[in-house]
Amino acid sequence: MNPKIADKVATTVLYIISGIIIIILASLLGYILFQGVPHISWHFLTSPAQSFEAGGGIGVQLFNSFYLLVLAMLISTPISLGAGIYLSEYAKKNWLTDAIRTSIEILSSLPSVVVGLFGFLIFVLQFKFGFSILSGALALTVFNLPLLTRNVEDSLRGVSDEQREAGLALGLSRWETVLHVVIPEALPGIITGMILGAGRVFGEAAALIYTAGQSAPALDFTNWNPANIASPLNPFRPAETLAVHIWKINSEGIQPDAVAVSAGASAVLVIAVLIFNLSARYFGNRLFKKMTAA
Amino acid sequence: MQELEKYSLDDTYIRPFDRDKQEIAIETKDVHVFYGDSEAIHGVSLPFERYKITALIGSSGSGKSTYLRSLNRMNDNIESARVTGKIMYRNIDINSDAVDVYEMRKHIGMVFQRPNPFAKSIYDNIAFALRRFGLKDKKKLDEIVETSLKQAALWDQVKDDLNQSGMSLSGGQAQRLCIARAIAMKPDILLLDEPASALDPISTSAVEDTLLALKDKYTIIIVTHNMQQAARISDYTAFFYSGAALEYDETRKIFTRPKIKATNDYVSGHFG
Repeated sequence: MNPKIADKVATTVLYIISGIIIIILASLLGYILFQGVPHISWHFLTSPAQSFEAGGGIGVQLFNSFYLLVLAMLISTPISLGAGIYLSEYAKKNWLTDAIRTSIEILSSLPSVVVGLFGFLIFVLQFKFGFSILSGALALTVFNLPLLTRNVEDSLRGVSDEQREAGLALGLSRWETVLHVVIPEALPGIITGMILGAGRVFGEAAALIYTAGQSAPALDFTNWNPANIASPLNPFRPAETLAVHIWKINSEGIQPDAVAVSAGASAVLVIAVLIFNLSARYFGNRLFKKMTAA
Repeated sequence: MQELEKYSLDDTYIRPFDRDKQEIAIETKDVHVFYGDSEAIHGVSLPFERYKITALIGSSGSGKSTYLRSLNRMNDNIESARVTGKIMYRNIDINSDAVDVYEMRKHIGMVFQRPNPFAKSIYDNIAFALRRFGLKDKKKLDEIVETSLKQAALWDQVKDDLNQSGMSLSGGQAQRLCIARAIAMKPDILLLDEPASALDPISTSAVEDTLLALKDKYTIIIVTHNMQQAARISDYTAFFYSGAALEYDETRKIFTRPKIKATNDYVSGHFG
């Protein structure tokens, strides 16, 4: 075959493959949105769920999802930053750091249901946190930490050594160089990774079924005292999230409008994850431009 | 291409300095650099006169950059690297463990081969380290930013865009920003590792002019690939070959009447 034709054939094949992927994705998204969006209303987004009657909403679940997300990110962000900075900037190359990296890799490929059961045994039973937001947030941390750490490490490694040398040559200490030169330059990548991680956490169900629980007791949205059991901020209350809610309705829902609620909730979930992903790109690009361009 | 000749590392000429008249800014005594088990620099002892430009020349892999980087201990950052011998600066051996490396680097600044401005504004590229060292006075900072940029011959081109990112500058401008950043620390000694090798001829000559203008305030040691550059700007030249300094003399002597055969062959273009 002459090179020109070979190139044409290869290009066509690649186009077809990419086309298939796009079609699968578009039809999936289209189906979920087409089915679900008509059910989304202000009432649906804000009212509590109903167990037996029609007309239930997803207000509490939506709040739970965001609250869990915030707590999980609050716990995992500093840890992943610390671990990522250590691995990229300080760790010497030896068996210990190799072992850490391998462990992180293995952890990141752990099935989330296994993470959920681990959380159930450790946080729910052993630490006696019960089915609670705290148990859920800790399980999500275990689930998310390896990927975030990897992301931080990769972003920092992406900063050229010349930048580090520039800082050191000015008489800055290693830590000052990391903090004021390397991290700011890696920030677009780190933030993108964090937002993508947040999106993954937001859609997670299996790790939460056994940790944050499957019930969403009514909340008193006028009570913001975290110590009160009816308060939305109480970290020790059980908290069914949106993703868990979808799973539950589909497996044991007996509401007359279960299909509609499930479709609406799925659409909300997908839209939220889409927003996370798109904003990750937007903020990452914007930050990078701001730092490197005029 | 003729057969690559092997030159003896024992056949050397190091120019003596009259220490009563010529002030030595920094001097190495028997400096060896090892990467793991292999020895990259084989005992180099050179004095560098104050307020002069000294060029280190030699072909790729001759060790001139490695040697330069040991002068402000940038080799510390390479895990496998080890530097032995004495580096005397103001009667202190800065190669000893007791020395505060970070403090020492404020006195011995460095500019690198590839321009490496920070991902910060032009202003902050210069002011940021000064702020870290405790200088908060805005007026004073403005003043230092302006004089450093003027000394680096960049002020007129960027004075209206100080808030632009340093990364938006062209290669030559970025390199002069890096020089401005280094001299803003008011170092004694400025080390430059092939600062013009990534630049076009016009930017190169701008950087050279900058260095010549800096000579009355700084001791400059510059590694260069470019023999014309060494001849144009330097007062002294050291010729490196295979990890040793074979000849060290006034620049015009190196380029007109070298005493060592290897130097002669190199400067007349037989190898390198």
